Amino acid sequence: MIWAGVLAASAACYGLKLAGLSLPQRWLSAPRIQRTVPLIPVALLAALVGTQTFSTGRHLVLDVRAAALVVAMAAVLLRAPFLVVVVVAAATAALLRLL
Amino acid sequence: MAAGLSVLQTCALSVLMFTGASQFALAGVVGAGGSVWAGAVAAALLGSRNALYGLRLSSVLNRGGPRSFIAAQFVIDETTAMAIARDDPALSRFAFWSTGLALFVLWNTGTVAGALAAHAIADPKVFGLDAAPPAAFLALLAPRLRAREPLAIAMASAVVAVAVLPFVPAGVPLLVVALLVAVYGLTR
Repeated sequence: MIWAGVLAASAACYGLKLAGLSLPQRWLSAPRIQRTVPLIPVALLAALVGTQTFSTGRHLVLDVRAAALVVAMAAVLLRAPFLVVVVVAAATAALLRLL
Repeated sequence: MAAGLSVLQTCALSVLMFTGASQFALAGVVGAGGSVWAGAVAAALLGSRNALYGLRLSSVLNRGGPRSFIAAQFVIDETTAMAIARDDPALSRFAFWSTGLALFVLWNTGTVAGALAAHAIADPKVFGLDAAPPAAFLALLAPRLRAREPLAIAMASAVVAVAVLPFVPAGVPLLVVALLVAVYGLTR
């Protein structure tokens, strides 16, 4: 079951990449498409940040992950590279749990 | 990263999907106990931006030729950024292919190492690994927030997703915000 989802999602992602190289340029450059498509990752990534920080399963939870997110935000504002942002967040959560 | 997915499934995503945010989203939804199909839809929605990159690469790559079936897999944030940063088409083409190949090798090597390491750790709370995914999503999100509108959309999306979370299956909050933002973008 998980394999089916993995393969279907991979095929969909490849299809979207190929569509960009194959579909008529007129369709892709339509103002509505140009305006809307870049907003979708913004909404989804923000939703992922929120849900992965403040929940466990379907329960809302406030724990050390919230503090780790604040540290990650500071790292992002300081223009830290991707891996540094991830590592300082994980380290913050690990250290706070040790206290 | 490997939450809920086997090592082989995690590695398959890096080879076959090869677009980081989508991979993390699918793994995140499955890891939170959601349906793999909700994760698959979220992954595909996140991959929609790659379709627009094809347009920006049209002066660099031959659209529609047989080679575009291979080139397509490399159409991601990083290769597009490297290719369009060059003025000369030949240099752009070289930047696209070299970045694509190098990232493909590094990304897949890193995935194997990461998936094996994550599976060796029984409890994700050890080393604060449960705080790593939100930080990764934030780092992917940050470069897209350089204007007021995306910043407002990001904050609203996070609030809506957390608010509906207790009432719907895992993964569905992502689909709710994607639908809302699509309606907003298309009707505005």
